[in-house]
Amino acid sequence: MIIAERKPLAEIIEMIQDCKKILVLACRGCVTVCSAGGEREAEILASLIRLGLKKAGKSAEVFDASLVRQCDKEYIDSIDQFKGQYDAIVSTACGVGVNFIANLRPEDNVFPALNTTFFGGSAEQGVWTEQCAGCGDCVLHLTGGLCPVARCAKNLMNGPCGGSVDGRCEIHSEVDCVWQNIYDRMGRLQRQEEMTVSAPIRDWSTAGHGGPRKQVREDLTV
Amino acid sequence: MSFIPDIRLFSCHYTSQQSCADEGRELNQLNFPENVKMTRVVCTGKLEEITLLKAFEDGADGVYVVGCPAEGCHNVRGSQRAAKRVEAVRSALSELGVEEERAKMFFLPRGLHPEFVDVAQEMNDQVTELGPSPF
Repeated sequence: MIIAERKPLAEIIEMIQDCKKILVLACRGCVTVCSAGGEREAEILASLIRLGLKKAGKSAEVFDASLVRQCDKEYIDSIDQFKGQYDAIVSTACGVGVNFIANLRPEDNVFPALNTTFFGGSAEQGVWTEQCAGCGDCVLHLTGGLCPVARCAKNLMNGPCGGSVDGRCEIHSEVDCVWQNIYDRMGRLQRQEEMTVSAPIRDWSTAGHGGPRKQVREDLTV
Repeated sequence: MSFIPDIRLFSCHYTSQQSCADEGRELNQLNFPENVKMTRVVCTGKLEEITLLKAFEDGADGVYVVGCPAEGCHNVRGSQRAAKRVEAVRSALSELGVEEERAKMFFLPRGLHPEFVDVAQEMNDQVTELGPSPF
């Protein structure tokens, strides 16, 4: 899922300091799961914005609401219920949700409450780790299912680099060297021989270097 | 005119059970500050961050939580969860440029102990010194 975290309050409050009626709009998708922008967090943020504005001597009405998902036209269309009621929408969705509101509601001011950080998973309660870089050309079949694009600090395709110590990355000593993990795992799977083959040169054009990507499933379009 | 802070206490049902005995008269005799308004909760782990923030929105100058000793909570980790939420509020207050001492967590054993009154007086003194909330 997409992982995100709340922006510093000062940054958020500066965005909306001159607004008089503000909607903090939660998303019940990924950001609920990673406890960054769900209904609970939106309610907290609305309260903090009220407190922050009051402290700054400003008055504004701040409300909170939520949509099932902000990254889906089917659900974001229900934002119509708030039309014309607010000076600003502070979205606690990931950046996709903010873009969707901006795309679909040209007259509405929309501001991001979160910094969208990475594609990750919940390693344990309260801990999320990056697992995928969304590069569009998976090599996981070559690496025992562990991604060097996302998880190697040097993005090496033919690792390890030789700098790891006790299986930990030399750049981030608290992080496992993913190439050490790949090596160990391929050994357990008796696939060590595959590691003697150089990885093919990657085509990075799928990784966003050619601008925003688009995927169409003709079988799903109507 | 001296400033009398509006202080909100959210206390574990078990920690405060003796405090409400005899309709609170015993607590008054021990000089529990009258300006500390107590709300008892079934477990401090039930407290939400928003509840503490709403207390500030509602005019509180200081908010504190009293729960069971961290390793002796009736509901195992209730007061540890509460402490995390109090810490989140303290962090948010700090982000807003407000003294984080306006929110605190205390861990106290069950029953009417002098510490229950002590921490109320401690909060009262602390918040009185800080002055009115900027909210």
